[in-house]
Amino acid sequence: MMQRVKRYFRPEQLRELSLVFLILLIFLFFGTQIEGYFSPRTFNRVTSDVAIIAVVAMGETLVLLTRNFDLSVGSIVGLTAFFTGKLLTFNPDLLPVGALLFAIGLGAALGTLNGVLVAYGKVPSLIVTLGTLAIYRSILVAFPAGTKNVVTQDLPQWLLDLGGMQLFSIGEFDIKPVVAVGLVMLVIFQLVTSYTRFGRRLYAIGSNPEAARVGGLPSQRIVLFAFILCGAMAGLAGFMFLVRYGNLTPAAAQGMELQGIAAAVVGGVSTLGGVGTMIGAMLGALMINLLQQSLLRWLVISTFWVGALLGLMILISVTIDAVIINRLRNIWTQQGLEINPVDETKVVNEKESHDA
Amino acid sequence: MMRRLERLKSWEGFLLAILILIVVFNIFTTPHYLQIQNQINLFQLHIEKIIIVVIMTFIIINAEIDLSVASVMGLAGCVMAYLFEQGVPFGWCLLAGLMTGVLAGLINGFMVAYVGLTSLIVTLAALIGFRGLAHVLLENRSVGNFPDWFDRLGQQPLIGPFPLAMIVFFVFLIIALIILQWSGAGRHVYIIGNNRQVARYSGVNVRRVKMTLYVVSGTVAAIAGLLLAARLGSMRGDTALGTELEVITMVVLGGVSIFGGTGTLFGVLLAILIILNLRNGMGLLNITGEIQTGVIGVLLILSVLGPNIWRGVRDAWNRRQRIQRMHVGEE
Repeated sequence: MMQRVKRYFRPEQLRELSLVFLILLIFLFFGTQIEGYFSPRTFNRVTSDVAIIAVVAMGETLVLLTRNFDLSVGSIVGLTAFFTGKLLTFNPDLLPVGALLFAIGLGAALGTLNGVLVAYGKVPSLIVTLGTLAIYRSILVAFPAGTKNVVTQDLPQWLLDLGGMQLFSIGEFDIKPVVAVGLVMLVIFQLVTSYTRFGRRLYAIGSNPEAARVGGLPSQRIVLFAFILCGAMAGLAGFMFLVRYGNLTPAAAQGMELQGIAAAVVGGVSTLGGVGTMIGAMLGALMINLLQQSLLRWLVISTFWVGALLGLMILISVTIDAVIINRLRNIWTQQGLEINPVDETKVVNEKESHDA
Repeated sequence: MMRRLERLKSWEGFLLAILILIVVFNIFTTPHYLQIQNQINLFQLHIEKIIIVVIMTFIIINAEIDLSVASVMGLAGCVMAYLFEQGVPFGWCLLAGLMTGVLAGLINGFMVAYVGLTSLIVTLAALIGFRGLAHVLLENRSVGNFPDWFDRLGQQPLIGPFPLAMIVFFVFLIIALIILQWSGAGRHVYIIGNNRQVARYSGVNVRRVKMTLYVVSGTVAAIAGLLLAARLGSMRGDTALGTELEVITMVVLGGVSIFGGTGTLFGVLLAILIILNLRNGMGLLNITGEIQTGVIGVLLILSVLGPNIWRGVRDAWNRRQRIQRMHVGEE
């Protein structure tokens, strides 16, 4: 019985399950604290924000899986949101698909720069993206186009409608286009990382870059591709950001890279590469955002605690990963060995012949 | 060994050449660039950063990183300002600010050295968390009106033309130079950065060295935060936001490998001078702060990319030479 459970559950899944449990606990706790918390309004507000962060976090996960880092996603989200807004301000007749493709393409281009520098320039990703974090933001600030801010009045009507539109409703629970995009991305990327060759290679590179290289994987190309996808996802998130908020300043989405990384890490994606799932990243985003939104409405402690709690949450989840999950994984491996024991006589013989 | 020495020397020579170029440019664009007051202002405007650069050099040589320095600066200043606002005697406020830094360093150090987590993620969490705490304390207020002597200490010369912060910087620099380049403890920092396992098997107490470095880093960041409060005359929750970018840029530009084990304080000192003069020059050309930050970002990437490309070209050249020699041998 225990063996069967162990064969079908892995420590990562146990972790995700406990995260679901924690999210439910948070939800129930604030339900008792805030009047009218269990309402469709809470659901609608939380889901729209989670969708944006989750898309960023999933892109970030692709990069984290390869044992790299992308600190520039916040600037990419801000830059694509701002420039797409400006583009639509000056060309109101542009097709919605055109604007969406522009945002994704711009994000992908910025991601490509990161990826080329990391994969082919051999510059550590921390250095590259710390640099591009500043560079992309300063491009945005330096952009000379009359008024600095993007305001809703200048944006075409379809974009504003998109933000308030409901794809379909279950009772009063609305599924907005932004949320639908987030869910579609979750399904796509969970499948890509679990079942495609590209996805498995991400894990291989992150688990052991040297072995992946010696094993003949085109590591550089795959890392580059991970960064491009991460940038494209950030671009998509930028478009969603524009749809959701409409009014943008050059400081838009500042610090979102930290939320994205926090979501991924809380969701069980390892910064040492090779461990983590898209569902985990999404759950992390959900937990962080639920906490943020709930604290906004909880009057007992000030909203300013959000940042401090975020830091604490990252620290706790990384510690749990290092101390508990790794130990569990070792137990799992050992049990696996007991089912298919290594031929010890052979090992001893080899050792003796080696000594001789 | 000789080759590594030679390469380092050439990187420092390269930095020196760039520095001279920038200084010459500055001299020709502004008449009073060379005046002592301008030279002191040059340092004074970024003095807190370069104080932290000194200890960050140790940490990066040790193959770790501390992304939380800017947040610790802000938090230490905010703790001081918050207590001052509550009417606590000012001496205690300063002490509390300083202890905040020590505590922050202890937390980081414990997580990195004893729990064994990656410094990148620990200090990233600290960056978010400590900044969050600073916002909890001051919310969106700005607290100022510190005692006169404190403001004076931050803004006016103390000995000769030098303000307190500059004296602190030079004292730190000299102590750091002695420890890092000429003492056993300094060798330990390099050995750990080169190969942690070898260091451990050779009897170096890796954990204690790392712990010490983080505690010192937190303390120095707190001192820098208090000096910043004195210079600005007020504190906000977001004071010193994003300083870590420039601190790390200066260290990496100075020839310290981000993977640890190599680099010297002399190179870092040259990098500090380069960035300060570059900022001064850009300021003279009316380039705004945000764009200056972008230029610093470009510099950060180039300072690692440049040597990489140079090494690639050199290796390719050497390979070609070898192949040609082989062909000559065949004939």
